[in-house]
Amino acid sequence: MTNAPIIPLTDNHQAGRRVDLSSGKYLKLWQGPQHPGITGNMSLELTVSGDEIVDLRTHVGYLHRGFEKLMERRTYIQNFPIVCRICVPEPDFNEYLYAATVEELAGIRVPERANWLRNLTLEMARLASFLQWIGGQTGAFGMGVIGQWGITHRDYVLDLFEELSGGRIYHMYIIPGGVRGELPEGFEERARAVLDKVENLLGDIERAMFHNAVFKDRAKGLGVIPREMIDSYGITGPNARAAGVARDVRKDQPYLLYDQLDFDVVTASGSDTYDRAWVRFQEIHQSLSLIRQMLTRMPKSGPIHTQLPNPLHWKIPAGQTYRRAECTRGEYGYYLVSDGSGYPRRVYVRGPSYTHAVALMESMAVGANIADVAGLMVSFHTYPPEIER
Amino acid sequence: MNTSYQYSYTNIEELLEILVEKGFIAPATEQQHATVIGRRQVQSSDLAFVTVAPEAARHLILDLRDRFGFTHLVLLTAVDYIEEGKFLLTYLLHNYELHHDIGVQVPIGREAAEAGASMESIHDLWAQAGTYQRELKEMFGIDFPGSPRVDEPFILEGWDEVPPMRREFDTKQYSETTYFPRPGRSTNDPADYMRQKLYPKE
Repeated sequence: MTNAPIIPLTDNHQAGRRVDLSSGKYLKLWQGPQHPGITGNMSLELTVSGDEIVDLRTHVGYLHRGFEKLMERRTYIQNFPIVCRICVPEPDFNEYLYAATVEELAGIRVPERANWLRNLTLEMARLASFLQWIGGQTGAFGMGVIGQWGITHRDYVLDLFEELSGGRIYHMYIIPGGVRGELPEGFEERARAVLDKVENLLGDIERAMFHNAVFKDRAKGLGVIPREMIDSYGITGPNARAAGVARDVRKDQPYLLYDQLDFDVVTASGSDTYDRAWVRFQEIHQSLSLIRQMLTRMPKSGPIHTQLPNPLHWKIPAGQTYRRAECTRGEYGYYLVSDGSGYPRRVYVRGPSYTHAVALMESMAVGANIADVAGLMVSFHTYPPEIER
Repeated sequence: MNTSYQYSYTNIEELLEILVEKGFIAPATEQQHATVIGRRQVQSSDLAFVTVAPEAARHLILDLRDRFGFTHLVLLTAVDYIEEGKFLLTYLLHNYELHHDIGVQVPIGREAAEAGASMESIHDLWAQAGTYQRELKEMFGIDFPGSPRVDEPFILEGWDEVPPMRREFDTKQYSETTYFPRPGRSTNDPADYMRQKLYPKE
């Protein structure tokens, strides 16, 4: 018979129903939609007893722009400026995955140097996103100064993106068939200087954040995700790795050039807010190392784009596919269905926050303290736009 | 080889053969005669799609989860085939031991928005499935009876139009009738406007 455990799910959804608000013992409290700890608008409806949370509901929809619907009305090339806007802090994963699904269905081969450049931008996006997350995580625990360090250093990475693509936030750099431009002259030296700067900062952050008694006190033991919840809630990325589950798409199903790069899957065992932060912190170090490896090993010349027919007349052969990549928050995926016409039949974007911010957050917040909710939510590293799409 | 589950297989083709034996899909030799149900499509060495009837879907999904090791529900979504009068639900499952994906596709009747299409819920198999089903109810009008909070709005608020992800919902027409023309706005043809501005006497 089956060995897979059948896990009883916490019926948090019904818990709130039993709360009798007229009893005077409970209070409804809203956090958001302008939430300080996250990128994007999402609100949390808390039902509290004293300062303990008895029920939490996630409300999304403040950033719904109907991207998936819009994409059905636009040609494949017109969708490029749209996909990157689905995730603000790391748009490159959207660009890469959309390009990869289109290329797979159309049978387009990408030159090797373009793959290196794609991989480089994905790691730079990871670095920028993690530096921004440090801002959210420390800010949520009242340590805003550390957050400002992180945000400042993120800006140095954005400077590199600006040089490379012309855009700081949305790059639209990865396009079907390759990438949009060459590395500017002297980019490698400037990139290495930024990496050194970030590395110096990490030493300070380790001392000020991870060895800080306040942070330790508040983050240790907060929001412990039990191992059994990982599969039943579809938890991926650092949230799963902090629970000791060594899963990383970069290792498990290597895409681009990750199988040629040297890195290990970072795990921890505590599965609390502190361990999740520690896993992400180690992944920042790892990201620096990966970018350095790529800068060293990347071929210095070669084509960066395949010759393609006029993009206004593209017809992608009928079919369907799913591609995934490991973003900072976990598994990011694109499911593309083509009916053979010039417009996609359906594009579905699977963002990791979809489960982390809704089902997981609603379960984990019960029993927590009002003051810890913001820190808990940032420790799942959620971004609302990828929930609403 | 995954060993900790009842059925061990090494590649996607083997998995599909087991599914043929169990009667979920048609054998390879009969694929061209199979109607929509029973069809398979191997996209790559680690991704395949199979189409089954709505009655068999939950059974197959449960089997894949507990007997084959597909423990991760990657996504649950629908594709609207308005010309054929059906929705194609896609449950994408992932096996973490072998790193294979299988998409279980289920055609369901595409009733009018008011009558509503319906499908069995899987919220008791994965906790996050309830969220997917809530979104499908709102965006496609597909009901999942018994799914927690399935009738509560997820993204939209106070929406009383056709569920917006259905193909018959026209975003352009909706925005034109809802938002334009705004009072106080006037539109100029750029060429005329500039000509009048530069050469007002003509």
